[in-house]
Amino acid sequence: MNPFKDVEHLFRFAGLFVVAFVVFWAIRSHVVPPTFGQYGHYRAAAIGEIAARPVHYAGHDACETCHTDVLDVKKAGKHAQVNCEACHGPQSQHADDPGTVTPAKLDTATLCVRCHAASAARPKAFPQVDAVDHANGVPCETCHQPHSPAVDAGGTK
Amino acid sequence: MNLSRRQILILLPAAAVAWKSVLAGTPESAPNYRMSDHWWGMLIDIPKCIGCGNCVRACQAENDVPDGFFRTWVERYHVTDEHMTNPEVISPDGGKEGFPVAKEDAGKYFFVPKLCNHCADSPCTQVCPVGATFVTPDGVVLADPKYCLGCAYCVQACPYGCRYIHPEKKVVDKCTLCYHRITKGLTTACAENCPTGARQLVDLKNPNDPIHAFLKTHSVQILKPQMATGAKVYYNELDGAVR
Repeated sequence: MNPFKDVEHLFRFAGLFVVAFVVFWAIRSHVVPPTFGQYGHYRAAAIGEIAARPVHYAGHDACETCHTDVLDVKKAGKHAQVNCEACHGPQSQHADDPGTVTPAKLDTATLCVRCHAASAARPKAFPQVDAVDHANGVPCETCHQPHSPAVDAGGTK
Repeated sequence: MNLSRRQILILLPAAAVAWKSVLAGTPESAPNYRMSDHWWGMLIDIPKCIGCGNCVRACQAENDVPDGFFRTWVERYHVTDEHMTNPEVISPDGGKEGFPVAKEDAGKYFFVPKLCNHCADSPCTQVCPVGATFVTPDGVVLADPKYCLGCAYCVQACPYGCRYIHPEKKVVDKCTLCYHRITKGLTTACAENCPTGARQLVDLKNPNDPIHAFLKTHSVQILKPQMATGAKVYYNELDGAVR
């Protein structure tokens, strides 16, 4: 007896599998993003997309390229390690276009007490004052120049 | 061109592999930045934190974080002698507008800034059913907003509570360690705006990073080490009351 008699139906069945695989492969390559699996089980292009998000805080290096006069004052004082935008807010638009975008003037009445309002929760060595007892409504900058806040450094305007 | 069946059988898989790499393209958009050169983390110096909330405000401004949701927040602990293991913890609006004044009182106070720990073996990436969240080759845990279904499995899986579903986009959102900044050579928005240097971005693959000397000479802890998440946010002088 010939064991290879009547094998055509097996070929037809195998053909079905091949067609199904090709259809599956076509659909899969269409719906799976091209970079999926490049580094792992995720879409590698997402890394570049997240890295391309806009920057709002320019960073102190950008500030210091132009405002060298402020940097000199700041370096000598207690606020040497406080970066510009910690008080002045996000300034990347100003850094990109200094001519038209001007940073807002700051209000020392709200700004200074964020860090320096007395609270038992703060580290003991950190300078803190009870704003009412300490100044009684006199603006901070009358005595303290914010960029170099020691009293003998003199207040501004 | 005449190709034998044998040649075609060899060429087809080779062509398929080549075509796959053509399709993959180049995912890195930042020039002069190589992911393999970095392994990012953060150092939080607890004794330096004054609870001003600058980091929370900066994070919100930098990353358009919606009100009431936080990629980073600050907790204030109050530990008293009678309740060493049950401290009072507050974080009003994430500490964004600072904290109520504390009167001199029994016990001790300290602030604990929190953010994504960018775990090397993160539970959140393991539970994602679609591969929308992952650890990058430079050690940052990111979420792909285009691929996320918003199922929130990862929100439940994070032991540190660092993820939320964005109220408008309906997909997960989290700290990216300011990936758009650190790949350009800037530091994170929170570290840039910390007035006391309590938060510092660290690159564990950079041999010149001060973190290596710091880890040798200080008492440094991570959060929930028992969970073996490989957390990379290092806390200096973390109190045992912090869970």
